[in-house]
Amino acid sequence: MRWISEHSRTTLLIGLALAGLLQLISGNLDVYYLNIGLMAAIHVALAVSLNLVNGYTGQFSLGHAGFMAVGAYTAASLTTILPEALPAIAGLKGFSLQLWFVFSTLVGGGAAALCGFLVGMPSLRLRGDYLAIVTLGFGEIIRVFIQSSDTLGGARGLSGLPPLTSPFTCVSLAVISIYICGNLVKSTYGLGYLATRDDEIAAESVGVNTTRCKVNAFVVGAFIAGMAGSLYGHLLQYINPSQFGFLKSIEIVVLVILGGMGSTLGVSIAAVVMTFGLEQMRNLNEWRMVIYALLIIVFMIVRPQGVMGTLGVERSRTKSKRKAA
Amino acid sequence: MTLAKILLTFGATALLFVTGCAKQAETDSDVIKIGQFASLTGGIASFGQSSDAGTTLAIEEINAAGGVLGKQIELITEDDRSTAGEPANVVRKLIHRDKVSAVLGQVASSMSIEAAPICQEAGIPMITPASTNPEVTEKGDFIFRICFIDPFQGKVMAKFAKENLGASKSAILTDVKQDYSVGLTKYFKETFEEIGGEVVAEQSFSSGDTDFKAQLTTIKAADPEVIFVPAYYTEAALIALQARELGIELPLCGGDGWDSPKLFEIAGKAVDGCYFSNHYSQEDPSEAVQDFIAKYKAKHNAVPDAMAALGYDSAYVLVDAIKRAGSTEPEALRDAIATTSGYKGVTGTITLDENRNASKPAVVLKIAGGKASYVATVAP
Amino acid sequence: MDTFLQQLFNGLFLGAIYALIALGYTMVYGILRFINFAHGEVYMVGAYVAYFAASMLLPLFGAGWLAFLLLLIIAMLACALLGVGIEWTVYRPLRHRPRLTVLITAIGVSLFLQYGGQSWLGAAPRAFPTLLPKSTVSLGPVQATNLQIVVLVTTLVLMLALRFFVMKTKLGKAMRAVSHNVQAASLMGINNDRVISVTFAVGSALAAAAGVLYAINYPTINPLMGLMPGLKAFVAAVLGGIGNIPGAAVGGLVLGIVETFAGGSPLLSPYRDAIAFGLLVLLLLFKPGGLLGKATVEKV
Repeated sequence: MRWISEHSRTTLLIGLALAGLLQLISGNLDVYYLNIGLMAAIHVALAVSLNLVNGYTGQFSLGHAGFMAVGAYTAASLTTILPEALPAIAGLKGFSLQLWFVFSTLVGGGAAALCGFLVGMPSLRLRGDYLAIVTLGFGEIIRVFIQSSDTLGGARGLSGLPPLTSPFTCVSLAVISIYICGNLVKSTYGLGYLATRDDEIAAESVGVNTTRCKVNAFVVGAFIAGMAGSLYGHLLQYINPSQFGFLKSIEIVVLVILGGMGSTLGVSIAAVVMTFGLEQMRNLNEWRMVIYALLIIVFMIVRPQGVMGTLGVERSRTKSKRKAA
Repeated sequence: MTLAKILLTFGATALLFVTGCAKQAETDSDVIKIGQFASLTGGIASFGQSSDAGTTLAIEEINAAGGVLGKQIELITEDDRSTAGEPANVVRKLIHRDKVSAVLGQVASSMSIEAAPICQEAGIPMITPASTNPEVTEKGDFIFRICFIDPFQGKVMAKFAKENLGASKSAILTDVKQDYSVGLTKYFKETFEEIGGEVVAEQSFSSGDTDFKAQLTTIKAADPEVIFVPAYYTEAALIALQARELGIELPLCGGDGWDSPKLFEIAGKAVDGCYFSNHYSQEDPSEAVQDFIAKYKAKHNAVPDAMAALGYDSAYVLVDAIKRAGSTEPEALRDAIATTSGYKGVTGTITLDENRNASKPAVVLKIAGGKASYVATVAP
Repeated sequence: MDTFLQQLFNGLFLGAIYALIALGYTMVYGILRFINFAHGEVYMVGAYVAYFAASMLLPLFGAGWLAFLLLLIIAMLACALLGVGIEWTVYRPLRHRPRLTVLITAIGVSLFLQYGGQSWLGAAPRAFPTLLPKSTVSLGPVQATNLQIVVLVTTLVLMLALRFFVMKTKLGKAMRAVSHNVQAASLMGINNDRVISVTFAVGSALAAAAGVLYAINYPTINPLMGLMPGLKAFVAAVLGGIGNIPGAAVGGLVLGIVETFAGGSPLLSPYRDAIAFGLLVLLLLFKPGGLLGKATVEKV
């Protein structure tokens, strides 16, 4: 699949141009579809960043929503809680407000990355399903702590977030995430990720610092998830700890699975198709989620590599065959 | 083909697609569309299903009686799966896709708080039947509610516990996952301490928990005279059962979240001698109430709980306002709802105050033998 | 002191239910090395089977020991079938796939049963009928009910039966052999597929028993009731050392007691759910094998 060049600069520029174009015409679009589109773009960023951890590095994180929560709450504290204390910020308008929002989002990403580091450092010694459970536990711990914090709104959630998420920021985040992740795995450094996934012991023996690779992937993934969380919060204008529970993490995992572990393009498409698809299936009511669950099972049995993924799963398949022999 | 090309094609198709569904001109039609969002599935589905049943019943009646302004009403209901993040989505759909004239919805306050800014921004009136958190209607002048608010409900129960039950020491068991419960706890505690009571133990749990023995054992050791349990009915029932198992024979008090036949079904005798505040009493002999109960029973073969009654009233208040406004033009409709005054509904007389909240009396019910009977009415 | 003893008993009781569910996790993990995420939902189905069977049986037998035992057995049999069915249709085709594929599928099955349950049975909680008349018992300073004693005794009996099954019967021996080394076991003439089916059947039956025991004590059931206990029981299984049967029992009790004491202290009670997971993270960092498990080093 050489023709996929997520890392090309042209792609980035075209993507950003599209984001700008969307921003310009957004006033004429149907608000409902526009919002689903923005949600899809946020899901792209989430799926692509999780793919870095789950797909390319071969780890299994079930706590991505936890990083989203950290990013969303950190950014919201800067845009919503802080202005109450600092009139200078409350007075920001127009472009400077947008800049402040971008800054807040970056800080949110940074906070999530820090959490990613703190969780990753010790727990990445664990493998496979143990790691899955630890990250799941971590996500739950974050949720419980936010829920018990009165400053952050506790169970009642934090409302009144300014509606700062614009079509431009959403699509840019998606495009930049694709660009960063695409470049990362193409770089010499990123090859270490793939080596870590394919055979950790062999990778170690040729001098790849697998722990560092894993932590790195984790931190970058968390950073993007944190920023996506910030955009998500400022799009909905309301955040609540229960938005970032275990099910949200699974939702993102499902996007990565359906798109194909280790295919940036695949998971991006999956994110867009699933976001619109689930919205279209609304009239099926409660059966919608049953179908969603069935889809996961059937996909896993029939096409575990997802729509676009080939590399990763094929390899580990041969590996497990070799082991079985 | 490079990704750049793919993106270009993608972008072009997307552009075509979105311009295809760009804003359509409003079309006059012979129906009035009203949107409703409710939790029909998920954790708090039973409340959503109740209020939906009430609303649907009201709309059917109105349509059978010839509709309003000579038009039939089309009720478009969307499910938010009890999931945060969904209300924003479905309400946007109702407003921008279905072009509803007004939105009815939600029982759970957190869901209404999420939807309210969207209705406000779009300038579409929203009436929440049963969200009691004060913050909901603070979102703007298009947001209304037809029930009382938590500070009032907390105050009612605190006063009731102190004055009617003669308790000076109380314990509180809060559901930290529900802002409803956290809010009630706050206002109960404030009032109870203000009027000279003492809160001797504060314990918490998360909705979905089923074992409360740990918290109850601690509460028992603190020796209160009454326990305030602002929880939803499933947890309240289990708490009552387990309290009795631990030998705690004190009265438990709760809010409108207790109102469900399930409470008695699950807890049986354990809730005998307990009290809760509610929006209406099924024992109320008034014609409006008994008439509603009979119609509801005929349709759903169940006794309507407060959520059903509020859902029913919310639809009628809205239709009443449409009638008075003479159109479904948003500003006119907003002003008509805001001036709702003395509307006689199932859940009492509804008059909206300047904060767009209904000031209504609450009733306190006492449970005995699997039935809640009327004890007192507390006016605001 | 009285409060302490009471809390200890509360914790013991909660732990017994966790332990019963944890056994199923640990047995499946011991043999197939994957987390059967759908296990918590099997527990939910067990409670529902008993609920529907009760509506048919109670008019015939009336509440009492006979009804209780019959329902327990019916639920266990039904869930044993369900467990084997899931293994057959979903997990078997994935036998030689990467573990993560299977894990995700398990999550899919779990979601399917949850959402399916909500669609078919309705999301509203249902009241579980009374099977045994309840009475309170005072054991010294500790307040208990006869139902709690029934739960503790049933749990103990089931655990001893499982122990006997695994250690003394031929099938149990085969099970242990498969968990040691699948290839070697199959070379010794053990029918792996059969052993795996039996493991799922036994594990699911225990989950169903936990579901029924839960339902007679906390008489409300809903389609999502398996989610949290499932996760907690998994934590219990890992605490005790996953794949280790006595470990699951110990892990369940430890978790039950820690949670109860945390839940009873005003300072920690809002963090109760976080504590279970925090405990898990700490344990995995310092003793990844679990309390009773052995640390294993992966060989090339």
